[in-house]
Amino acid sequence: MKRYAPYLILGIMAILPLIGLSTYMLHILIMVIMWSVIGMAWNLLGGYCGQVSFGHAAFFGVGAYTAGILYYKLGVSAWWGVPLSVLILVVEALIIGFICLRLRGPFFALATLAMGEVMRVTAENLRDFTQGSLGIMLKERTWVEKTWYYYIILLIAAVSFVVVKKVIESRLGYYFVAIREDQDAAESLGINTTLYKTIALCISAVLTGLAGAFYTNYMGYIDPEVVFALHDISIVTIMVVMVGGVATFWGPVVGSVIMVLLAEFIRSLPRLGSAHQTLFGILLIVIIIFLPNGIVGDFPKIKRIFGFGRRS
Amino acid sequence: MDAVAVEVLLQTLIAGLLLGGLYALIGIGMTLIMGVMKIINLAHGELMMVAMYLAYWLFVLLHIDPYISVLIVAPLMFFFGMAIQRFLINPVLKVESILPENQVILTVGIGMVLANLATIFFTSDYRSTPVDYASEAWYLSDFWRNSPIELSLSVPWTVSFVMAVLITVALWFFLTKTDTGKSIRATAQDIEAAILMGVNVERMRLITFGLGAALVGAAGCLFIPIYYLYPSLGGKFTLIAFVITILGGLGSTVGAIIGGLILGVFESLTATYIGMGWAPVGRFVIFIIALIFLPGGVASILRRHRLGR
Amino acid sequence: MRPLLEVKDVSRFFGGLAAVMDVSFSVYPGEIVGLIGPNGAGKTTLFNVINGFYKPSKGDIYFKEKKISGLKPHQICKLGIARTFQVVKPLQRMSVMDNVLASAFLRVKSKTEARERAEEILRFTGLYDDRDKLSKGLPLGKRKRLEIARALATGPELLLLDESFAGLNPTELNESIEIIKKIRDSGITILIIEHHMKVIMSISDRIVVLNYGEKIAEGTPQEIANNPVVVEAYLGEAVDA
Repeated sequence: MKRYAPYLILGIMAILPLIGLSTYMLHILIMVIMWSVIGMAWNLLGGYCGQVSFGHAAFFGVGAYTAGILYYKLGVSAWWGVPLSVLILVVEALIIGFICLRLRGPFFALATLAMGEVMRVTAENLRDFTQGSLGIMLKERTWVEKTWYYYIILLIAAVSFVVVKKVIESRLGYYFVAIREDQDAAESLGINTTLYKTIALCISAVLTGLAGAFYTNYMGYIDPEVVFALHDISIVTIMVVMVGGVATFWGPVVGSVIMVLLAEFIRSLPRLGSAHQTLFGILLIVIIIFLPNGIVGDFPKIKRIFGFGRRS
Repeated sequence: MDAVAVEVLLQTLIAGLLLGGLYALIGIGMTLIMGVMKIINLAHGELMMVAMYLAYWLFVLLHIDPYISVLIVAPLMFFFGMAIQRFLINPVLKVESILPENQVILTVGIGMVLANLATIFFTSDYRSTPVDYASEAWYLSDFWRNSPIELSLSVPWTVSFVMAVLITVALWFFLTKTDTGKSIRATAQDIEAAILMGVNVERMRLITFGLGAALVGAAGCLFIPIYYLYPSLGGKFTLIAFVITILGGLGSTVGAIIGGLILGVFESLTATYIGMGWAPVGRFVIFIIALIFLPGGVASILRRHRLGR
Repeated sequence: MRPLLEVKDVSRFFGGLAAVMDVSFSVYPGEIVGLIGPNGAGKTTLFNVINGFYKPSKGDIYFKEKKISGLKPHQICKLGIARTFQVVKPLQRMSVMDNVLASAFLRVKSKTEARERAEEILRFTGLYDDRDKLSKGLPLGKRKRLEIARALATGPELLLLDESFAGLNPTELNESIEIIKKIRDSGITILIIEHHMKVIMSISDRIVVLNYGEKIAEGTPQEIANNPVVVEAYLGEAVDA
């Protein structure tokens, strides 16, 4: 039964728009799926490989701007940004990896945080390419309806899920977890830690960038403050995974459901709307102290999965 | 190089050094916490922001000069820092989890809450503190009538810089001459040895976090006469603090001072010669250069004579 | 016979201090060589140099006549040198099986083969019954043995064992000694750091003695036991510790 769960969920998700959801509901679903993709991507690098990134906005934003710049500078459809972002993000991940992956633990985290900020400031200042803080607006949208956007992000999510699952269950997955648990031990057991950390970073960056490129097409407007946001992208990414469960397959999905719904709920409260970061911050603190492995990770039934999202 | 170019360069260097002195004070607080607790406090800039609002309101409501309010704000921040350590960070140190970075993420959460609460209570308006000496300056031509070039030295910048230096010297005395200071340094160097020597490590952590908060609080007061105040400035200064920490070498106080000065001068140079908007990029460029070419920071140069790992 | 491992005039400095100073010795195929010396003699540092964590400040290391000093640890492991750690480094939140499996992937690419190999090694080291336990939950004796199992899974020709017997109770000690002998009999050469004099004397073919980073003696256990310089170096240390 458990084996078929992903297909079952995918099937249900695929027929959902057919039952006539409101535009708002569809938007929420699209956001949930998009954040699941980013969460799964982060989880591969952070949860499994132990390289905690505080700068996934650097990848999301570059994906988003790949699509945006294609449209703005070359006048081609922003959808071409989705395939092209794969290439761009591999290059970006290799550069960022070269600089940051020599650092360990929290220092890697901080270096990635810096990278996110570098990308934001660069996007703000390279006005010829990005229009700076004005941002890039898509003048015509592909569809007025949200249904097709829904199917596209669902496809990206399905691909991401399969990629992450295949990788984690392969030799790479063992290497990633070994690196997370003890880098020196892993290295002395013949694991080329630099190489495998770079691979994890590349996969993670590409998936995040796909979500970014999708975002441009879906929202029709991007600016550096939004797509390279430290709190609203990089930190929320971490929260999605932490709330759901670090190093679990379903953690990022559960986490994104909770985070997106929570964000919507807080926004709808008349007085507390502006306090959403306070509430997020408190949630983060509470989760870290009381549920350090997230909802999925600390779920007693699957406690045995603890730390390695699989048991034969 | 003509006189104007020399003037601009010297003026830029002076501005950079003055800024660097203040940066150093921020960096020292962070590096102390990192040395003793082995965690990175990503709420550091937000603590400074809180201190700045304290100093601001002390000035606006009670007309206390920011330079005097250091004496009130720093102790308050000391207790605030101790409370954060005692009630939030300490519990997490004891929780077992997959990612040790949890502690860092926790401080991010604390920073988010502080920044957001400040926005709610004080709005996101930019405020400046109308001290009456804000735009006073000393000019080189006042002292040397026939000087070929003209340089100015802002009064508040200079006073802030001198006070930052005094506080740093006081800290140095505390760390090297007092028992508590020595215990803190022992804890930073070798926690197990410190425990064996009877150092109350738990207490040292508490004091260190308090001290780190007090130092950045003091820095906040010194920034008040010369800088705008707004709730989200914390994030910027957190980044500055950790760039200094990496540049200086993790946990090294002397490294943080040198790192602060380098960063101040470098930012000042980028702002003058490349453009204001690029100053933050300059900051990260120097950070990346340090990561690649000087992984142990300035401290690794200073420390060449000590036994490695 | 050609040496399997050749350490040639190796020094390693930290700052101005020499942790290892002009050490030379060879290990021949099929041997068990003991590396002994008082605390701080530079034994573990020497391991770290051989295994690639540190580059030698001076001198070179050859493995099967190929220079390996300067290579990265994972490259050296791939060439056939595996090691264990004095302070055990199990991959905590992985099961015992997965610990060994992760290492077994070095030589085989398919998961089935890796699993077979891992199972075989777990039986060999007597950890098979614990294969599903998380390694952080194991008692020290078994964690020490997991270190050995993991190293074996990388298919080494030379095994560097760093105090694999420290802290074991007499039963565990005997089991471990048997395992070491079995490993040697399977054709793997062993270089072993050990404090436990009785053990090292009984299993080693030859012994190298370090003191303050320098080699002060080399010979059969018998020669070492009667060497006045060695006895001198150990004065003040409990010889049967």
